[in-house]
Amino acid sequence: MTKQQFTKIVGIQLLLLCTLLTLSFLGIILFDLFSKGYSALSWDFLSTAPSKGMTQGGILPAVAGTALVTLVATLFALPFGVACAIYLNEYARDHWFTRLLRASIRNLAGVPSIIYGLFGLALFVEALHIGASILASGLTLALLTLPYIITTTEEALHNVPNAYREAALALGATKWESIKTVVLPGAMPGILTGTILALSRAAGETAPILFTGVAFYTRYLPGSLLDEFMALPYHLYILSTQHQSLEQVRPLAYATAVVLLGMVLLLNLSAIMLRIRYRNLWKTSK
Amino acid sequence: MENIKIAIRDFNLHFGSKHVLKNINIEFPANKIVALIGPSGCGKSTLLRSLNRMHDLSPDARLEGDILLEDLHLLHPRTDVVAIRRKVGMVFQRPNPFPKSIYENVAYGLRLTGTHNEADIRARVESCLQQSYIWEETKDELQKSALQLSGGQQQRLCIARAIAVEPEVILLDEPCSALDPISTAKIEDLLLELKNRYTIVIVTHNMQQAQRVADFTAFMYLGEVIEYGPTDQIFNHPQQMLTRNYVEGHFG
Repeated sequence: MTKQQFTKIVGIQLLLLCTLLTLSFLGIILFDLFSKGYSALSWDFLSTAPSKGMTQGGILPAVAGTALVTLVATLFALPFGVACAIYLNEYARDHWFTRLLRASIRNLAGVPSIIYGLFGLALFVEALHIGASILASGLTLALLTLPYIITTTEEALHNVPNAYREAALALGATKWESIKTVVLPGAMPGILTGTILALSRAAGETAPILFTGVAFYTRYLPGSLLDEFMALPYHLYILSTQHQSLEQVRPLAYATAVVLLGMVLLLNLSAIMLRIRYRNLWKTSK
Repeated sequence: MENIKIAIRDFNLHFGSKHVLKNINIEFPANKIVALIGPSGCGKSTLLRSLNRMHDLSPDARLEGDILLEDLHLLHPRTDVVAIRRKVGMVFQRPNPFPKSIYENVAYGLRLTGTHNEADIRARVESCLQQSYIWEETKDELQKSALQLSGGQQQRLCIARAIAVEPEVILLDEPCSALDPISTAKIEDLLLELKNRYTIVIVTHNMQQAQRVADFTAFMYLGEVIEYGPTDQIFNHPQQMLTRNYVEGHFG
């Protein structure tokens, strides 16, 4: 074996090792969570509210709160983000102002989530008098996900071949008609997967909801969008650091982490399935 | 020349500082096939795309002069570009059916014009697929994705899609360059049939194709129309040295 071949093989093995190491961390985390939370996981855990100072009962209000607040975030962020991306990719001419807009949006994606939380508190809770609520938290999470949705949507629109735009225009479609009937449907898989991935990140965020609506404990499910709510990431934080008998609730905390991870995983899985379904739909003959 | 359909007068086109089409003066007769030939980069596709204002998509294109579709001024800023494209259909170099069903591809233009009666649309889809000689192959699977058709079938579907909106002129930009000889022959037969109803302008690299289908041929070189006349004259008795060299294959 020459020296060159030897270095090549060692190099590839090193890369493989790094990959396996990363994967093993994920495995360790999952194993740790499951093994310690397994005893507390049950249908009752998912379908009842916490009781006896959170030492017993389940996490239903937190599951519902996280689901609701993510849903509110989607309802606001998706149409807004898609509209921005359509403007940027289909209508805006390429000059310094659009480049500045794009750079700003990319930078927004890098803003720490606690800043979004404080901004949400100042704008939605205080200035707009919405109060600490599902709505205020949902809007804050919408802001957080917006840059991701805009960027991935723009990417998806950009990947729609120009041949489709030309074909539609040549048939007498207006620009908007061509976008509505050909470009957007073509970009839909990319838009949906990007949005779902952004939302699965948002669902696990604690800082943005901390000041804008999440509650330490609520006995009941939220009755309106203006109620405070429990959320899985915050509940996990309480159970693992703020509870007066930490040792006693440890299994509950682990089980909560498993449920949160499960929800995020479910969202990601649906993104993957959507992508596969649309890819088959769009498969060309060649 | 009888019955002029399209008249191009003192037409110049610039892309930024590049002068791409120079002083084009040419007329296309109704219900004939005109072929635009010439080496790559001579401007034949650019000229074709001027006829349905496709250059509106490129912000640095500047068009000067006059293009008349009968008495409609195509380049006039107040002329509705959507109306132009309904009258002047286009088939592109690479077959580009939408990722929809065969049926929806042909119905697309009809739905745009506000035809909502499904029975009308169905009848029109059938007649356009028949006119494009693709009905027999597809009638049992109209709901199949158009992307599952072969390249030649896709291109005939694109022609069906173009004629569904009942244009007066059909532009074809090297429609057979991505197709095998059998598919090419089918498209050529189809064009000869379609010229009874439409005026056809076709850009082609294939000189045999031009001789097989075109009534008139224009030879272009470096953005100018060097010679234009009946196809037989261009290929067998060219008046210009450049044309002779090109059709005899000395350059290209």
